[in-house]
Amino acid sequence: MNIRQILDTIKKPFGKGEKFEKYAPAVNAFDTFLFVPNHTTKHGAHIRDAVDLKRTMITVIIALLPALFYGIYNTGYQYYSQLGTAFSTMDAVIHGSLKIVPMIAVSYIVGLAIEFAFAIFRGHEVNEGYLVTGLLIPMIMPVDIPLWMVGVSVAFAVLIGKEAFGGTGMNILNPALTARAFAFFAYPTYMSGNKVWVSEASNVDGVSGETILGMLASGESSIPYDVSQMFYGGIPGSIAETSTFMVLIGALILIYTGVGSWRIMIGSVIGAAVTGLLFNLWGANELMSFNWFNHLIVGGFAFGVVFMATDPVSAAQTTKGKWIYGILVGLFCILIRVFNPAYPEGVMLAILLMNVFAPTIDHYVIEANIKRRVNRKIKSNLNVA
Amino acid sequence: MSNDIRVKNGLSINLKGAPENIVKKAPFPKTVSINPSDFHLITPKMVVKVGDKVSAGDVVFFSKKNPEIKFCSPVSGEILDIVRGAKRRILEILINCDEKQIAISHKTSGFNKFSKNQILETLLNSGCWPFIKQRPYDIIADPKDSPKSIFISTLNTAPISADFEIVLNEQKEEFITGITALKKLTEGDLNICVEKNHNLFINEIDNVKIHNISGVHPAGNVGVQIHHIDPVNSGEKVWVVGAEDVALIGKLFLTGEYNPTRTIAVSGPPVKYPQYYKTIVGSSLSEIIKDAGIDTDLNLRFINGDVLTGRSVEKDNYLGFYNNTLSVLREGNHYRMFGWIPFINNAVPSIYKTSFSWLFPNKKYDLDTNLNGEERAFVVTGEMEDVFPMDIFPMQLLKECMSGNIEKMENLGIYEVAPEDFALIDYSSSSKIEAQKIIRDGLDLMISEVG
Repeated sequence: MNIRQILDTIKKPFGKGEKFEKYAPAVNAFDTFLFVPNHTTKHGAHIRDAVDLKRTMITVIIALLPALFYGIYNTGYQYYSQLGTAFSTMDAVIHGSLKIVPMIAVSYIVGLAIEFAFAIFRGHEVNEGYLVTGLLIPMIMPVDIPLWMVGVSVAFAVLIGKEAFGGTGMNILNPALTARAFAFFAYPTYMSGNKVWVSEASNVDGVSGETILGMLASGESSIPYDVSQMFYGGIPGSIAETSTFMVLIGALILIYTGVGSWRIMIGSVIGAAVTGLLFNLWGANELMSFNWFNHLIVGGFAFGVVFMATDPVSAAQTTKGKWIYGILVGLFCILIRVFNPAYPEGVMLAILLMNVFAPTIDHYVIEANIKRRVNRKIKSNLNVA
Repeated sequence: MSNDIRVKNGLSINLKGAPENIVKKAPFPKTVSINPSDFHLITPKMVVKVGDKVSAGDVVFFSKKNPEIKFCSPVSGEILDIVRGAKRRILEILINCDEKQIAISHKTSGFNKFSKNQILETLLNSGCWPFIKQRPYDIIADPKDSPKSIFISTLNTAPISADFEIVLNEQKEEFITGITALKKLTEGDLNICVEKNHNLFINEIDNVKIHNISGVHPAGNVGVQIHHIDPVNSGEKVWVVGAEDVALIGKLFLTGEYNPTRTIAVSGPPVKYPQYYKTIVGSSLSEIIKDAGIDTDLNLRFINGDVLTGRSVEKDNYLGFYNNTLSVLREGNHYRMFGWIPFINNAVPSIYKTSFSWLFPNKKYDLDTNLNGEERAFVVTGEMEDVFPMDIFPMQLLKECMSGNIEKMENLGIYEVAPEDFALIDYSSSSKIEAQKIIRDGLDLMISEVG
């Protein structure tokens, strides 16, 4: 018996009209993970592209891996280098893995359990979107956040952020950022300040970690990191956001395969660069005079723009809308950083804000199209008359 | 006069089994069929009974809603069967062909001086009217309308479909006569769309507008051409006629007889001798399938039409009324282990560069009918626009069709589209959205609500 036959035997009680038919989506999720199903075209085009949602989502995960691996290493690196003890790369990776792998496991277990429950309850197949969301959530958290908080944030994001709106494809806000925003406002002591960004900073005296943006917000002008550290990511911050270089590798994968929208990414960079440049000219506080280029490579800007702002469900959906949406994400990110000392990092709130406005942007882009059509009709009627 | 249009947003899919430049005469069929499902929304009212003798051109049924529109027998013979389905719906009318063919004759001499009404009457009575379809809605035209223009597309960009240069090769006189007759039906332009750098005789035709089209599929779709040349506004009608159908109309006026021959391209990866056959509309497929060297023991799908828009038929069924292509594909009811992993399975091309298929732009693919995934909610955006060369928002229009919001559908341009324009969206959708079906249902809703 080969694997296929074994699977078919297992699936039998879940088939149509059988005893456990209700639970079929759960079994199908595992089955279609192993095998692309034997479904053939019934309506419409008789041939179909090789791409499906599984493949798109896995491509995003592949794009996330460089940033994730660097985040694991950087977690250990920040801890040991601040302690001042000698350590090898392996030590850093082990320290990081012990912290981060459990977070990923909690995120997937809690999130997928809810997804499966809803799929069975609503009688649809399990959607693949959570494979990405579930990995994103731990990657944008501070490393020392307790596991139960990860679990609660995930549950909030999936239940309130996604399923309450009708499930995959219907949500207004990016679910991963919803999880982070929930944790940010529910457990502020674990999500901000100068004691959360480096592993064990709140327990071990020798370790203190503040993000660059945090230092700038509190008025410090001497930053102990140079531009190359900011770019390659040897700085404190949320787990996977620090290395702009690794994020750029992910961005190239997304743009090259066509899975991520380059318009949103480029638009955001333009928006942030121009806003940063204008504030450089003004220069009223430390964050305003922080070089516009450095604004692009510190904090979560790069990670947020590449992996969160491009979420196709919550972003603008029209081509023109994507440009406007991207530029505004960049603009608001810098605005929030500069003007709001309580939130030294603005990218999360900027993206969530633009998520809310994305349908409005699309509405006006589509209205313009409708207007063209109406005008064309008026013109055509004039010609006849 | 000629204008150039270049279509950039779209996709040309390279498949194995493109028809070769050979035209064979198929043996005269023993049986032919008329299949009402070829005529969307037409409810047939039968004129003949089983066992009746008919000549070629005798009325078999007419449209219940519009009795002027008649459907005629393509051959002379005996009505073999009227196949009915649930609620006595007529599925198919089978006609046994006589050895000696006779046709009824219509008065067409001096058609050059015919008035518009005489042309209309001749087309309606002869059974040639169903060749004329209308936009909006992609249904058979209403003879009471006066169209603002007529469009004929003489290029076909769908994968492995019939090349009209070969189809029309020996039908020059008939085609030009057909154009002369059709010209009288509109006060507007008669537009003929040709492939840029074509070898057809179209440039010799006077008093028509000729448009040079280039680019990728769906450049050959007449709906795309209308959108760029003379778009349909609400309340307007544009008529469209297939390229070979123009020649069939021409033949009617030249000979006075309804003789719907069809040059059909038999194509597809499992076809041993992909080539053209001259046969009759609705003729049985079995002789052609045998001659083209198709192994019928394999699990195959036969498609009346191209692989993107056609209707699947059984191997012992019959040719459709409109199609110039008979496509054959292998059924894809097999499992692929971990087939969703990017960069592993390169045997299926993709609009995304998630396989290495893009490295070999000239490779010809042997695609089957596997769905390559499962249907999901709308997630990815922007992919539909990449294969949809119109100033219309395809995803938004699809969503409004699904929710049945008539006003929004009208605003977003439902009058300008036909299901075939959404065929590439069917193909490329990562959520496996059945776009053609959604649009067809949307158009039918518009017909019943707006008319």
